[in-house]
Amino acid sequence: MNSEAWDAVVVGAGPAGLMAARTAAEGGLRALLLDAQPGSGGQIWRGAVAGQKGTAGDLLRDVASHPGITVMSGAEVMAAETRERAHTLTVTTAAGLRQIHAERVILTTGATERFLPFDGWILPGVFGAGGLQAMSKGGLDVRGKRVVVAGSGPLLLAVAAGLRQKGARVLAVAEQAGLPGVAAFGMAAARLPGKSREAWALAARLLGVPYWADCAVVRASGQNQLQSVTLRRGRREITLDCDYLAVGFGLVPETRVAALLGCALDGTGAVQVNVWQATSIQGVYAAGEVCSIGGVDGALLEGFVAGCAASGQIERLRDAPRRAEIQRRFQATLERSFALRPKRLPTPLPTTIVCRCEDVRHGELRGFAGWTAAKLQTRCGMGACQGRVCGPACETLYGWRFEGVRAPLVPLPLAQLLDEPITLSPP
Amino acid sequence: MPEPTLAVLTLDGRRVTVAPGITVLAALQNAGLSPLRHSLSGEPRGALCGMGSCYECRAVVDGLLVRTCLTPARDGQNVRRLLEVAREF
Repeated sequence: MNSEAWDAVVVGAGPAGLMAARTAAEGGLRALLLDAQPGSGGQIWRGAVAGQKGTAGDLLRDVASHPGITVMSGAEVMAAETRERAHTLTVTTAAGLRQIHAERVILTTGATERFLPFDGWILPGVFGAGGLQAMSKGGLDVRGKRVVVAGSGPLLLAVAAGLRQKGARVLAVAEQAGLPGVAAFGMAAARLPGKSREAWALAARLLGVPYWADCAVVRASGQNQLQSVTLRRGRREITLDCDYLAVGFGLVPETRVAALLGCALDGTGAVQVNVWQATSIQGVYAAGEVCSIGGVDGALLEGFVAGCAASGQIERLRDAPRRAEIQRRFQATLERSFALRPKRLPTPLPTTIVCRCEDVRHGELRGFAGWTAAKLQTRCGMGACQGRVCGPACETLYGWRFEGVRAPLVPLPLAQLLDEPITLSPP
Repeated sequence: MPEPTLAVLTLDGRRVTVAPGITVLAALQNAGLSPLRHSLSGEPRGALCGMGSCYECRAVVDGLLVRTCLTPARDGQNVRRLLEVAREF
């Protein structure tokens, strides 16, 4: 297995990771930036290219051209450990496993979507809200497609606007939060100059699209493929014929690598950090949505702080506490405004599948005290995704906390574990 | 050598021309090949997360099982959905 040493390793090449890598390199560190995706930018900047106008293009250009930064795309951490002050990440790539040693690790692993099961959610055509956006950025042709966007959070609006811009017919945005919550979020956003511009631009792109607060997804219907979605507004049910349902109930911090390194989590399940973005493990920093869900501006700021702290550029952080406080207030409003409300969440039927990998149904899972018992009895969370989809769903439905993260974090070809070259079979 | 402007893929035996750089998942969906596998209970399943987390979009690309949402479409690729592969067994 290839073994190499770096001053700093940044895991995740979204806004926080790009900013952390650039800042750390400006501080003189040799930094390795790795990401599972084939390109940099994370989900929000997916498809952006170096040099294009705006922060994304500037950061991508700076990272690509900085002699102190090496970018490794298509690389996923499969194992991680800390021994004394040294950290080792084992990374799976198309060329095999690589072992990476570093004294400083900056975790910017972002977040995944929270899915909640309802009747028909397993039909092809039902996607995550961010998922459909990512697919559209990845080349999915949505022109003329009828799309319903449902769930919770400001991401729904961004997704609806993005899809509409690409030619989709967005029939409605259904938000589970009530109008007071949505209004409070709108006012908080209006107080931040960047967010206010963003909000107006979104509103302009969504003119004419119904936005229904206090609205719940009831079911998706179709024969082998999604054909319609039923929503509940007040006491009334509305059924919309559509091609795609984009549905997501907020974001969940992706903390698996942090857990393997031993980093403490906070009460919300995010990585716990101090004002310097340092975790409970010496030499390990975290930034962006793995610490708190707050959008791109917060991620950039935290990436900057983590990069400075990891490389000892403390003088550059004079203004950081004030900016962090503004972000924290915004994040708190976001959390309050879109808190999930049981009455407006989808209700699974006993026959509704919760664990898609292993076909485990809601009726089989009710009554277990926690993950371990449910896994042992039903195989819930033991399929290919290892609980990435059903874990957060079970947390919301049954109050279980997903535990017991262990290596390998991702399924691997046996040849990699045996450290043999992967041979392609003839097509 | 200049980059080819288009890529020709074989999707379940069908030759399809796509813009290079799109994901294999997008190529499959654009070609109308939406269900990607059958679940244990025999129901059709499609992609869900589009970001590499859910593993629903796995397919066999050039003999390797990969997540198609993380795989860029490249000229000459041979892609087979799991529900097509399963038919051989």
